[in-house]
Amino acid sequence: MKPAVKRLIFFTALILFWGLGSHFELWHETILPSPFSVWDALVAGFADLTLVYDLVASFRRLFIGLAVSLLIGTALGILLARSQTADETIGSMVLALQSVPSIIWLPLAMMWFGLGEGAIIFVVILGGTFVMTLNVRTGIKNVNPLYIKAARTMGSNGIDLFWKVIIPASIPYLVTGARLAWAFAWRALMAGELLSAGPGLGYTLRYASDFGNMALVIGVMVIIGVVGAVVDQLIFQRIEKNVLKRWGLES
Amino acid sequence: MFIEIQHINKIYTDKDNNANTVLEDINLEIPKGQFVSILGPSGCGKSTLLSMIAGLTSASSGGIIVDGKNVQKPGKDRGMVFQEAALFPWMTVTENVVFPLRKEMNKKQAIERARHFLQMVQLSNYAGHYPHELSGGMQQRVSIARSLAMDPAVLLMDEPFGALDEQTRSRLHGQLEKIWIDTQKTIVFVTHSIQESIKLSDRIVVMGTRPGTVIADIEVDIPRPRDEHKQQVAALEERIMGLLKGEIDKVINEELAYEARS
Repeated sequence: MKPAVKRLIFFTALILFWGLGSHFELWHETILPSPFSVWDALVAGFADLTLVYDLVASFRRLFIGLAVSLLIGTALGILLARSQTADETIGSMVLALQSVPSIIWLPLAMMWFGLGEGAIIFVVILGGTFVMTLNVRTGIKNVNPLYIKAARTMGSNGIDLFWKVIIPASIPYLVTGARLAWAFAWRALMAGELLSAGPGLGYTLRYASDFGNMALVIGVMVIIGVVGAVVDQLIFQRIEKNVLKRWGLES
Repeated sequence: MFIEIQHINKIYTDKDNNANTVLEDINLEIPKGQFVSILGPSGCGKSTLLSMIAGLTSASSGGIIVDGKNVQKPGKDRGMVFQEAALFPWMTVTENVVFPLRKEMNKKQAIERARHFLQMVQLSNYAGHYPHELSGGMQQRVSIARSLAMDPAVLLMDEPFGALDEQTRSRLHGQLEKIWIDTQKTIVFVTHSIQESIKLSDRIVVMGTRPGTVIADIEVDIPRPRDEHKQQVAALEERIMGLLKGEIDKVINEELAYEARS
């Protein structure tokens, strides 16, 4: 059986169980709304465009934040890979920063940038930057020494060697770094939006929760999950797979 | 002489601070156009010596002169073929061959030149393929084409066929011999295979181990193609085997002693 078919059967069964449970009142509608209520809430949300505005606003923050974090992460990663001193000082700080959820920066970010866009984007940037940094660093450090030797016997050295051989050779790590940065940035964005002003998916989630609209809460959760899965599997994993194949790293 | 290797010593200190002599007082002169094999058991420093000619490794003392110039660092006058093909996986076959040419000629000339050398190794049909789409033997042929395309004064080959299966290796021996005859390149070929060295080279430098020294320098005057002179080949093989027997025993005894200690 194809994985897609298995998946279809699984999700159908899950929703069926959920629907039947609601129908026979195994749980109360206010605690866990039925799939039909969630569907209605989603339809209503898209019909009056609030969810569309939320998606646009969330994606705008995500793209800005992710783009900045990939740029900073790449630059910082190159620095750590090339300078022993930077690696021993900034590197250990990056490792520490990487291990904390970026949302803990929100109180400070709100002091610095106010309650609006700036604070959320700052948290998103922090979410993606460090994982990208560490992957770029590892990628550059793990370039097969044979490529470097071969390139040197062909008259390549210095900057040419770096841009024409070392960077392309570390692209598999760069792609993995970007995929992880996206995942961290997406989580940071949702956390940030939950705690700040709208529009945005996270904001609508909290707004619905404040008004006891659990159907919309679940609806937004579904959107967040679907977006996360689609971007990860359809975009990043596909690119990653192609790159690994081309670079001859596929096991 | 075209290549002069003068009093080369290589000593490195291991983590216990013991000095290990890898190469001891190596002296070699190689005339232009010669196909010379450096033959020896593993650990005799033959690859290190080749790497020094390439300029990738420095000697502890002594010097190497290629075509009148002192070797300080790697350069395009010395093409190197490694045991693994070392092709860049993100480039097509043609782009790989163009890599060493891109700075000294325009793109069109470089591609034309790449095509010529890919033809020489009979891979014109694979110009647009990526390395991972080729077999090991084909990759190694691209690597040879890439080195030849930069028109080096000498082609350095470090066990280039060591990782290939027997049939492929035998076919590539024939191709390499033909390329050598056609291009008149000087080739320094490192191998641990006695048959391979006899089949291909004008001259075999036999190295012993611990420390690495030259124990014999043999002119091979068997007419080519050598497959047709089996008796002479067998006689030479036996002679070299005799030279290396003591060396191989030495390696095995050392390893046994090491294992007995630990």
